[in-house]
Amino acid sequence: MSVTHALTLIARGEDEIVITRTFNAPKQMVFDAHTKPELLRRWFGVRNGWTFVKCEVDLRAGGAYCYRWRQEAKGLDLQFRGVFREVTPPDGFVCTEIFEEPFHAGEAVNTYSFVEENGETTLTICTRYPSKEVRDMAAKSGMECGLEESYQNLDEVLQ
Amino acid sequence: MVMQSTSQLDATFAAIADPTRRAILARLAEGEASVNELAAPFAMSQPAISKHLKVLELAGLISRGRDAQRRPCRIEAQPLADASKWLEAYREFWEASFQNLDSLLDEMKTEKKVRNPK
Repeated sequence: MSVTHALTLIARGEDEIVITRTFNAPKQMVFDAHTKPELLRRWFGVRNGWTFVKCEVDLRAGGAYCYRWRQEAKGLDLQFRGVFREVTPPDGFVCTEIFEEPFHAGEAVNTYSFVEENGETTLTICTRYPSKEVRDMAAKSGMECGLEESYQNLDEVLQ
Repeated sequence: MVMQSTSQLDATFAAIADPTRRAILARLAEGEASVNELAAPFAMSQPAISKHLKVLELAGLISRGRDAQRRPCRIEAQPLADASKWLEAYREFWEASFQNLDSLLDEMKTEKKVRNPK
């Protein structure tokens, strides 16, 4: 039977969030799916009426990316953009995530790594925020407990 | 399996994916405030702040008072002050995306087999 491919999302330390997920595909394919606009448009953030308005990737150190979605029913917009710092296909890449508003100086740094074993690829995304406050959002309680949770997606187990 | 209120989590995620809106929520967590009071810390015009407030209101994260003069803003959904609520919305975003990616990767592997039959 197929392995349970559970998404793991944890808050680590004061300013990081780490996501891991395993895919039943070779590394090059998973890397391509994360870096080619024609592939990204088919899965990233796409659901519940959200559609891509813009999906641009200039995959090189110093190159920029920009994703923009719209949800028509609620008139919601969402945008992520940033710059690549390092690109090492098909093992990984590092990019920034720029905050649009002037309120927070700095930017988040995302490190993507792709590790293949037995035809499966494990993706790790480590997002480092400029401060604990930004990482914790509007939380007053914060993450001093070092929250760590793994989520099993029942859908995948039952498939 | 149908997830409950995925649309609400979508709206929550979109609303708080913006640092100015997160700062507004942090301020409102301390007590209600008028639009002018909220705009004060930012180098931002009132219409710009109002645009952010509308997104937050649409997501059900704040409510606006009916007092015609003041229309104070109040934070709703106290769970938002709990960091895990944001993580839940964030996780939903990635979980749904990765499920899509599973399907896409299956298609890509099939296409590859079709192009390179052994």
